[in-house]
Amino acid sequence: MKFLREVAWRHAVALAACAFAVFPIMYVVSAALNPLGTLASTELLPTGASLDNFGILFNGQQPFVNWFLNSVVIALLSAFAGLLISVAAAYAFSRMRFRGRRVGLLSILLIQMFPQFLAIVAIFIVFTEVTELYPTFGFNKPWGLLVLYLGGALGVNTYLMKGFLDTVPKEIDESATMDGASHVQTFFRIILPLVGPVLAVTAMLSFIGTINEFLIANVFLRDTEAKTLAVGMYGMLTDKRDSNFGAFAAATLLTAIPTVSLFLWLQKYIVSGLTAGAVKG
Amino acid sequence: MTTEVAGAGGASSPHPGPSGPAPEQRSPRRGQRGDAETFRRREVSTGFIVSRIVVLSIVAALLIYAAPPLVEDESWIALGVLGVVTALVAYLYLTPRHVPAKYLVPGTVFLIAFAIVPTVLTFVTAFTNLGDGHRGTKAEAVTAIETSSVTQVPGSPEYHLTIAERDGAMVFLLVDPATKAVQAGTADGLSPVDGAQVSLTGKVLAAGGYTIVPTAQAAERDAEIAAFSVPTPGGAIKATGLSRAFEGKADKRYDAACDCIVNPAGEKWFADEAEGYFVNSAGAHLDQGWKVDVGFANFKKALTDPTISGHFLNVLIWNFVFAISAVATTFALGMVVALALHHPRVRGTKLYRVLLVLPYAMPSFAMLLIWRDMFNMDFGLMSKLFGVHDWLGTPTTARLGLILVNLWMGFPYMFLVITGALQAVPKELTDAARIDGASPWAGFRRVTLPLVLVALTPLLISSFGFNFNNFNNIRMVTNGGPYAIDNATVGATDLLISYTYRVAGFDSGVADFGFAAAISVFIFTIVATVSTVAFWRSRRQEEVYS
Repeated sequence: MKFLREVAWRHAVALAACAFAVFPIMYVVSAALNPLGTLASTELLPTGASLDNFGILFNGQQPFVNWFLNSVVIALLSAFAGLLISVAAAYAFSRMRFRGRRVGLLSILLIQMFPQFLAIVAIFIVFTEVTELYPTFGFNKPWGLLVLYLGGALGVNTYLMKGFLDTVPKEIDESATMDGASHVQTFFRIILPLVGPVLAVTAMLSFIGTINEFLIANVFLRDTEAKTLAVGMYGMLTDKRDSNFGAFAAATLLTAIPTVSLFLWLQKYIVSGLTAGAVKG
Repeated sequence: MTTEVAGAGGASSPHPGPSGPAPEQRSPRRGQRGDAETFRRREVSTGFIVSRIVVLSIVAALLIYAAPPLVEDESWIALGVLGVVTALVAYLYLTPRHVPAKYLVPGTVFLIAFAIVPTVLTFVTAFTNLGDGHRGTKAEAVTAIETSSVTQVPGSPEYHLTIAERDGAMVFLLVDPATKAVQAGTADGLSPVDGAQVSLTGKVLAAGGYTIVPTAQAAERDAEIAAFSVPTPGGAIKATGLSRAFEGKADKRYDAACDCIVNPAGEKWFADEAEGYFVNSAGAHLDQGWKVDVGFANFKKALTDPTISGHFLNVLIWNFVFAISAVATTFALGMVVALALHHPRVRGTKLYRVLLVLPYAMPSFAMLLIWRDMFNMDFGLMSKLFGVHDWLGTPTTARLGLILVNLWMGFPYMFLVITGALQAVPKELTDAARIDGASPWAGFRRVTLPLVLVALTPLLISSFGFNFNNFNNIRMVTNGGPYAIDNATVGATDLLISYTYRVAGFDSGVADFGFAAAISVFIFTIVATVSTVAFWRSRRQEEVYS
């Protein structure tokens, strides 16, 4: 009986927390399925089941497919390239001893305190210049946004990555070196596969972070076609706040497909991915 | 991938020394010395050669792409930087030495170009008045004033106009109606064009080196065409419509002798180097000014200007309140849920966990907008469930609402990391506390919580830093509102970063980049101070640096 009491309150807390976590998502589902598609007619529980709202996304009122592709391409490329950049730097910090190592580590720690977007005014000024010189990397182009995001990559993840790499025993890469592997082979064939799951989690978090990035993208992407989901969908609700609500909810669900499925897929590595760097230092 | 020049017994030292190169890098040098080790097999693999060719071609491609626009723009300093950087990169990846640098350079290049340079530039901009009306140099301001004052006077020459392009830049092809002579007008001035085909109506049909823009396309660019002007001695050529242009006289003229702008009526606007404006005796200034250094004026304005400083202090206080309560509430709820599920007899934790991380996995920008509409007074869910109230229209409920939204978004993250930290707390310690007669609360308070806090302090600090600048939450849910009736630039829930964004004029309104940069500098300083203090304190608890 005592055990039942001990366990029951735990379930009660968990259920309450789940209810809190899920009810806004419930509301989104209900809004997306709502045949009227307006904010005023949306209730917490679905009042109907219609796919009209999804249809609106693809009827040409807004280039939703463009936005989706822009977002996914920018987020995938910046997650992948950013990961490679920071894990390479972390490899150097974790495995090699060189002059300036300590200073380098400390400056990375310092730099990661300053989010890149604080310099938004200067970024705007710099890229006004860049747009004139190299239109491919300027405003309204995904490549410009991509290289800009890569500028923040080293600061954000390197310290965390170094923590992961430090957990891989040095003896492993030493034996590889003994067998004649170069530092490049050790890096790509030994180290990267060993920290693979943690890298996947970090890449996923960076992917989700980029999908959600609004501040810089909103300054950068002004043409309707060039927008990302965050900027484009924000515009959907600015134009027709009440009547577009259903379509917006439908778009939210479609956007959630890549992020939530990645999350569920990598679920069991997430805790170690989030804490390893912090706990191990 | 690549096999470097590898000696048979290259790994003579298992640990790379503090400053020495990695073992395999030593062999070529030993080989050159020609001592007993020359018998070593020096294997140059295809990978080695291919990687070097790839490096060289990437560097060459970069130069070919990046150099010409800089040459054309005559930005010699930028060209020099580009040359030095590409040369260094090429050297670095061709030589077998400097191994750590090979891994560090890619990130560092991006970091310097797109994070450090903008940050430094922000500090520089904070000491200027850059913004609308103060965009360029004084010479550019003079040109802008002169050309914008161009008016058509009786008897001024007229031309037939054809819009063309050369190298992507707009060109006016001008045909003199009397002589049929064709001239090309660019932003730099006029130059004659030979061998152009001109129709009977005076339209240029073809001209060597120029691409004629079809009328339909030209019509779409009418704003650009109207703004375009070709400077001439004593005036400028401007378009009227799409097919005619006239040479007008500048009404205002710069006089270097008095460093002022004069118009024919004898009015004078004198250059004010402190303000970056041309000012007349009545104190009125011309619209176009130029960028000047203003010293600490922007900082002073934030702290002492009565229309700004009061709000600035409020924003600052709310910014701290928001960041601290965001961390505290998410940590508390995350801890409660993690503790509840951290028990061997609780079944179904996997399912709970999937449901609990959903807010973290959903696209946050969209969910923030959904929350905004849930708070909608007339139709929102909150009004339906808890009674009609203008949730985001009154400062207190708007602030509480933001903290609630942030709690929803942030507690799954805290739940996940606390679960991880709880699993790392040795069971012996909690058992020992229980056996010694500690109540569950005391056991948690004295044993579990300190251990969890030590492990999570760096994450809590970065969470504070993140929420201190949580632009998305504010921007999407309240956009800084509600606003006081007498002040439309700063609202009750504005954070410094959303305030900066508005002052910089990215949404609409007048851009004041200098002032916006000054606020950014304040944020930099605050975040740096808080983080440094926090890291120092946590460093005493545990060595987090290595």
